[in-house]
Amino acid sequence: MSIFVNSQTRVLVQGITGKEGQFHTQQCIAYGTKVVAGVTPGKGGMKMDAVPVFNTVKEAKDNTGANAAMILVPPPFAADAILEAVDAGIEVVVCITEGVPVTDMLKVKNYLASKNTRLIGPNCPGIITPGECKIGIMPGAIHTPGGPVGVVSRSGTLTYEVVHQLTQVGLGQTTCVGIGGDPVNGTGFIDCLKAFNADPATEAVVMVGEIGGNAEEEASAWIKANMKKPVVGFIAGLTAPPGRRMGHAGAIVSGGQGTAAAKIEAMQQCGLYVCQDLGSLGRLCKEVFS
Amino acid sequence: MKIHEYQAKELFRKYQVPTPQGGVSNTVQGISEVAAGLGLPVAVKAQIHAGGRGKGGGVKVAKTSAEVKNAAEAILGMTLVTKQTGPEGRLVKTVLVEKGVAIKKEMYLSIVPDRSTATVTIIASQDGGMDIEEVAAKTPHRIIKVQVNPLIGIQSYHLRQVMFGLELDKVLMKEFSAILKNLYNLFVDYDCSLVEINPLIVTEENTIIALDAKMDVDSNALFRHPDVVAMHDPNEDDPAEAEAAKYNLNYINLDGNVGNMVNGAGLAMATMDIIKQAGAQPANFLDVGGGANAEMVENGFRIILSDSKVKGILINIFGGILRCDVLAQGVVQAAKKVQLSVPVVVRMEGTNVDEGRRILAESGLKLINATDLADAAKKVAEIVA
Repeated sequence: MSIFVNSQTRVLVQGITGKEGQFHTQQCIAYGTKVVAGVTPGKGGMKMDAVPVFNTVKEAKDNTGANAAMILVPPPFAADAILEAVDAGIEVVVCITEGVPVTDMLKVKNYLASKNTRLIGPNCPGIITPGECKIGIMPGAIHTPGGPVGVVSRSGTLTYEVVHQLTQVGLGQTTCVGIGGDPVNGTGFIDCLKAFNADPATEAVVMVGEIGGNAEEEASAWIKANMKKPVVGFIAGLTAPPGRRMGHAGAIVSGGQGTAAAKIEAMQQCGLYVCQDLGSLGRLCKEVFS
Repeated sequence: MKIHEYQAKELFRKYQVPTPQGGVSNTVQGISEVAAGLGLPVAVKAQIHAGGRGKGGGVKVAKTSAEVKNAAEAILGMTLVTKQTGPEGRLVKTVLVEKGVAIKKEMYLSIVPDRSTATVTIIASQDGGMDIEEVAAKTPHRIIKVQVNPLIGIQSYHLRQVMFGLELDKVLMKEFSAILKNLYNLFVDYDCSLVEINPLIVTEENTIIALDAKMDVDSNALFRHPDVVAMHDPNEDDPAEAEAAKYNLNYINLDGNVGNMVNGAGLAMATMDIIKQAGAQPANFLDVGGGANAEMVENGFRIILSDSKVKGILINIFGGILRCDVLAQGVVQAAKKVQLSVPVVVRMEGTNVDEGRRILAESGLKLINATDLADAAKKVAEIVA
């Protein structure tokens, strides 16, 4: 079992003919993902390797039965691409693009509230159910299929580090979700925690947060009230200076809000197992989850 | 991207948000001329991208032409230190001169995107002219927050919520409504991450004026705002950070002595944290991106080494799609080119890591190999101790 995507997921790629689009589509196919279509306006009728390309998402979906989308288009076009996928009725939309304006995402997020589409990202590595389906830019080889750990994270390479350490200590993963480093995103920590809680194959969860906002605090409170499975938490950015954006658009301590210390305290108070230094995360998970 | 007060006020005027009459200059004579044109008294205001200017001596009221000259001489060229600039302060090169106004009441008004509710949030208070974070901490009931769904935009009831919350005099309501509506439109049209007026004043003549103006535009939206890009003031940039930005590197200069280079922002923050936990202090944040190449590593080295405080460097790379052997070659090439003056600890992990480590070991360079993150942090902390 897994959450959100599995071996049955049929993926279309928006921006498939771009340099990034081509490369990552090939990587996903090599991993075993069912990529059934691509979308690039004006290039309908072409093929990218063996993947048919369409002009619109609706056309691609109608012809191929795609139910998930991976978006690899430049930031000025990302919100439009997300909305096109939503209106075409795509179930899971994964937006990898970094640099989407916040005002665009404010509109997208409010529009999504009345729809059934799940948006993951933007500014994220994507989602992977090891051995079944990879929709994103993460290196597939570091993952181990079969669970029992679910991973949810705001970061990219930091997630790879976590997954690598889990694999090193012999803990496989059910699904790993990168929810993205932007201040306004689609799927959040709690959405993933709910799904992991309900997924019989997931026995434990690693939650990776960072400075900025209060999503980790809200997730910790939710865990305390609802989570039936152990959660190991890690927060990056203890040494981040206030008022500075640490790479990710959403990683900023402003007006004393969103500090790592406050997030760690919330996690501790809500019964999470807090990993204090990244070097020991794998070992801690092994101890807690065994 | 932050812009100066005088630039924000230009945009305010474009959106019919009233501001005092004024003009800018970067010479003492120019300031005196602007003041003479406006008529006395005037306010002489240092233009830097930081708040708390008044307390730092960067804002002075002048009632005579002699006072104008004194204020201009004192402020122009001063290194203004405020609680937002840090101890090094900021050199003042431009001054805004504004006609003095008689203040009856000071209010606070700002608009920000609220990440957790995905709304545009209006924040207002009767306690203007003060540090709003202090007001929020000490008297939270004096802060009004009104959330606007961006798909609907600002409605009359939002305006009423703000105005009744502020206990605004009824005769001012029409004027205030227009100002807030216009400010909201400015916020949306310019993709702002902050528009703030502190104070927004009611004058003795019962008109409303934005005495101050602060605007921060979402850097990710600058592609649709060439007029804002043209307002960029390189004087406000940290030289090393500006240099890094040229190479698409995300660099932030800090106070410690351990330089570090990491691929990915989250991993970079976690690496800074682990340096501190090992007993040393990070000298910077540097994210070379998920797909770092030899050229980026080389530029990263140069920028880190431009900071004379750096006594050791930690490179932490998680090789994913970018293989460790390719990256190791990049590190070796870059290290040879820049002639490293300090020890470098390299920790790499991921795809083809054994081959990567072999390349580093056989390079003939004084690169110190670390087995894992904890080991890397310990080794670099020992070097700078």
